[in-house]
Amino acid sequence: MTLLKHRLFWPVAALVTLVVVNVIANPNFAKVTMRDGDLYGNPVTILRESAPLMLVALGMTLVIATRGIDLSVGAVMAVSGAVSLTIIADSPDPGSLGTVTVAIVVAVLVALVLGAWNGFLVSVLGIQPIIATLVLMLAGRGVALLITGGAITTVTSAPYKFLSNGYLILLPVAFFIWVAVVAIVALVERRTALGMLTESVGINPEASRLAGVRSRGIILSAYMVSGLLAGVAGIINASNTMAADSNNAGYLIELYAILAVVLGGTSLMGGKFSIAGTVIGVLTVTTLDKTIQFFGVPPAQSPVFFAVVVVIVVLVQSPRVHAWGRAASARMRRTPSGGEPPTGPGAASAAKKREEVAA
Amino acid sequence: MTAVVTEAPKASSMDRMRTFAARRASVLPTLAAIAILIVLLAGAQVEFGNFLTPGNLSALLLDHAYLLVLAVGMTFVIVTGGIDLSVGSVMAFTGILGASMLASGIPVWIVVPVMLAGGAAIGTLIGVLVQYFNVQPFIASLAGLFLGRGLAYVVSLSSIRVENPPILWLQQTRFVMGSWYITPTGIIALIVVAIGAVVMALTRFGRTVYAIGGSEQSARLMGLSVARTKVLVYVISGLCGGLAGLLLTAYSGAGYPRYGIGTELDVIACVVIGGTLLTGGRGYVLGSMVGVFVFATITTIISFMGAEQAWTHIIVGALLLLFIVVQRAIVARSDRQT
Repeated sequence: MTLLKHRLFWPVAALVTLVVVNVIANPNFAKVTMRDGDLYGNPVTILRESAPLMLVALGMTLVIATRGIDLSVGAVMAVSGAVSLTIIADSPDPGSLGTVTVAIVVAVLVALVLGAWNGFLVSVLGIQPIIATLVLMLAGRGVALLITGGAITTVTSAPYKFLSNGYLILLPVAFFIWVAVVAIVALVERRTALGMLTESVGINPEASRLAGVRSRGIILSAYMVSGLLAGVAGIINASNTMAADSNNAGYLIELYAILAVVLGGTSLMGGKFSIAGTVIGVLTVTTLDKTIQFFGVPPAQSPVFFAVVVVIVVLVQSPRVHAWGRAASARMRRTPSGGEPPTGPGAASAAKKREEVAA
Repeated sequence: MTAVVTEAPKASSMDRMRTFAARRASVLPTLAAIAILIVLLAGAQVEFGNFLTPGNLSALLLDHAYLLVLAVGMTFVIVTGGIDLSVGSVMAFTGILGASMLASGIPVWIVVPVMLAGGAAIGTLIGVLVQYFNVQPFIASLAGLFLGRGLAYVVSLSSIRVENPPILWLQQTRFVMGSWYITPTGIIALIVVAIGAVVMALTRFGRTVYAIGGSEQSARLMGLSVARTKVLVYVISGLCGGLAGLLLTAYSGAGYPRYGIGTELDVIACVVIGGTLLTGGRGYVLGSMVGVFVFATITTIISFMGAEQAWTHIIVGALLLLFIVVQRAIVARSDRQT
């Protein structure tokens, strides 16, 4: 029962169910083969292809924890991919490690500046996050298109390609990148007070301010981290295709990232967040995407399935459905004492949500 | 008493303007949008010399007829304090659905109602999620976005040409007045704007929309039908999405599942530039029309200059930012005064 109450129970259960369904439908799904000392197979592909979404969703988790949202991540990815590939394409020696390092550093710095811009609009000017980041979401892709001159820049550069397609010990580099980033973020947020302060700002900005929390800096830094991670995601994405496609790089990724965060059990109302939950959420989204392809559905049609997932997730979290569930279980138990206020963490959070909606 | 009398002459035009600004704060952003539109048109005329021609201005309206229809629906949603991200993909879905039904020989008098109903159905789904399951509009309409885009690809993975005479009639017929011309698609868009403006300003439903945006709690306590209205605004937006799908299909002569990617952002930007507050409670359908014209003018100017179309979104983004900051300032001031 305590296991059932754990907040990661349902996200993990969803992921496990998905994997089990796949393995039953086709035992080859979980097959991993060893070739030249590297592992290949569907699970490895999922770990590798999760990288961009993982980084973006991680930044999104922090932003959502402050009661915000960052719609611009896809556009930031496009900009960072465009910046790095343009630098490499314009350099005399695209294959050298130095060029690639410069390209990556510049692209990440640009992404950091874009994140800081979002953070400035939200924390200093006090603009609603959805609208503040909408500006960059609109303008960002335009900027990326200008950087690449409206064309799709393609390059050949071995060190750059290594980021997404290379292997380190047994597993892909991209996998190690996201694991390292998750570890750093988890350490900084959970081993220092930063995570707690972020949650307090998200739960009640006014009370946190009165308690002496500098919410402005915390909100600003959340958007900067989101921008930075989106920049890295853009580089990995560009390295995967070795092309800067400003129109399609990171298209809809903000929405998939929000979905992954919500799947991981972090509420869009801000406050408590779960990094482990987001990791599971991202793996679920990527696995679902692979599953849909595995069943022979054209990738373009996969949004239908994600629409169903979004509807199910929001319905499960909805107070009205909770109330129905309680009513149903009460009827099953046939308790004579009707009208007793519901108890338990689920009921409390549902009641809290209702209050927030009413307020 | 004397003090008041002596001060009366001091109520100069400056003061009157300030009073006007305070009382009619909600009109200011729309007036600013009109000013920007005039500046843009005048600037373009000075720069190119042949911009303000009847033919060019007619094209300005007809090329963006679908955007105008979407903006009307979006205004309803945003004034209640919601948002609808699904409009672009709903438009793509109904467009390709209509094209595919026509291609398989189904008569047009069945196809058009089905297109409208398809849009309204997705709108209903969003509205029900928002109202009855307390889902944030952003997330609920995100489900609508995924659903519409996915269904569009389910109908067809590639574009389908439309050769149905009544649909093509909508775009190819030109009612000419001097050098001005308008097609049935443009007339439909203008009628939708007119209906939207009248409904918002003069009907009980329209006033309820404003009341919900001002304060949902108060609207409920006043006994207004909040639940029905909140669902209806999304149905209206979905319906407008379906109609926009029809207009776009007629305009381009084909249905294509990739139409309307990113259009939801353009529409939101147009509505905000037109003076509607994203927090709800303030805004005008006619303002949104001005916003669409600002967007259309920027697009046209950029193609006149032969510059990258990428600039359109950069400039629209910058304008959006400007309006958000201005609105923020206006709201902050009127909050202080009350």
